[in-house]
Amino acid sequence: MLLIHCPYCEEERPELEFRHAGEAHIARPTDMAAMSDEDFEKFFFIRSNPKGVIYERWRHVHGCARFFNAVRDTVTDKFVMTYKAGEPQPKKLPGAGK
Amino acid sequence: MRKYSVFAIAREAMRGNKGWEEQWSSPEPKSEYDVVIIGAGGHGLGTAYYLAKEHGITNVAVLEKGWLGGGNTGRNTTIIRSNYLYDESAGIYDHAVKLWDGLSQDLNYNVMYSARGVMMLAHNVHDVQSLKRHIHANRLNGVDNEWLTPEQAKEFCPPLNISSNARYPVVGAALQRRGGTARHDAVAWGYARAASARGVHIIQNCEVTGIRRALSGEVTGVETSRGFIGAKKVGVVAAGHTSVLMDMAGVRMPLESYPLQALVSEPVKPVVPCVVMSNTVHAYISQSDKGELVIGAGTDQYTSYSQTGGLHILNHTLDAICEMFPVFTRMKMLRSWGGIVDVTPDRSPILAKTPVKGLYVNCGWGTGGFKATPGSGNVFAHTIARDEPHPINAPFTLERFRTGRLIDEAAAAAVAH
Repeated sequence: MLLIHCPYCEEERPELEFRHAGEAHIARPTDMAAMSDEDFEKFFFIRSNPKGVIYERWRHVHGCARFFNAVRDTVTDKFVMTYKAGEPQPKKLPGAGK
Repeated sequence: MRKYSVFAIAREAMRGNKGWEEQWSSPEPKSEYDVVIIGAGGHGLGTAYYLAKEHGITNVAVLEKGWLGGGNTGRNTTIIRSNYLYDESAGIYDHAVKLWDGLSQDLNYNVMYSARGVMMLAHNVHDVQSLKRHIHANRLNGVDNEWLTPEQAKEFCPPLNISSNARYPVVGAALQRRGGTARHDAVAWGYARAASARGVHIIQNCEVTGIRRALSGEVTGVETSRGFIGAKKVGVVAAGHTSVLMDMAGVRMPLESYPLQALVSEPVKPVVPCVVMSNTVHAYISQSDKGELVIGAGTDQYTSYSQTGGLHILNHTLDAICEMFPVFTRMKMLRSWGGIVDVTPDRSPILAKTPVKGLYVNCGWGTGGFKATPGSGNVFAHTIARDEPHPINAPFTLERFRTGRLIDEAAAAAVAH
């Protein structure tokens, strides 16, 4: 079971309190009706599914109930960091380049 | 290839068992092949076998980064069934069940296919309606499936608890008698031996690190840990790592990879005569010929390539097993493991051509690919050989996520995902 740091509650809590909510930083289109099928496919179905660092959303559903973002390594399942929803995607990760 | 038979056993018994051959050869990779298959699991080896057998294409290599059958082929719970709701799914899974019946003879290798029946339990009104809908849909598609009362279910599987005092009482069940199990390792080994005998090269410990394309776009070969290998056609059959491989060719996939776990108990005398599944409490169980109870758990909620999952997932499944079979509450579990499954948005597989000429993909089997192994290999070989899909896999395209023509087993599947 993962231990996840909620950036709103500012504490590490067990995974059972959280719900995974898919890939992060996928912008919801403002005018979906005007989208081409190809763009809709990219937005709705295509996922990066990386082996390594992933940016993903979690929801502290049994805590503060808020969505936030996380950076995790999908090979080790270790979290690099978590940050609040709406904050920009961190380009430089803590511990990177070591 | 020397044929396996009762006479071979007798002959070797007389000669001190010194005449057994290697089951498949391990040649050095050639510089070029007509077809390169990436991934030596059941689906990949099956594809190579049917390419050689049915399409006469023997200049084929199957590349495997680890050992043969060491991925999900060797990690699943070996359940075979075809009681899917939609016509397209019934078509492909029942094609597989028809091939399972007779596969041991076809391969001259005992894959231990046992049509012992797959029984799916209903615990509430919704389950009853859903399973009965499946039964009717299956029958219209020529797939056997029948309704059992709780007493009939108990008769078919005696250790089952049908007490009305159970937390989730059994109120009925759907039974597919042609469903069952097979020996997963033997499926990989049998296809490998039969493919190797027809000239297919099986190259283990050979990791694909890149897919090379010509300026005009078509595939020209693969970069591997053992050097460049040229190929006119490349088939990606890599389960959880499909996204990683397809990225190498510049194709982004509608896939996410999740850990899926299973576990086995200590071996005991025969007690569970069939496969029992329950979607509502989420558990499935069968008994291997060695005597272990083989139990499948669910996926973790997050994507991962770690081949491990959370202990609470296993706990949840064992709670359900003990509820269904109180007789197992003191059973010891022997070991557990995880595999990485590639899941599509509609929970149906993709067996198709790709936007890249000469590149084909067989993926997205999610939590239930083993049952389809022979059917999948058979129609995927057709797709590669003829450069067009077989009617059975024609609906399972990559483009369906653009056109919206989904095969939505996510909502309709006979099993919880």
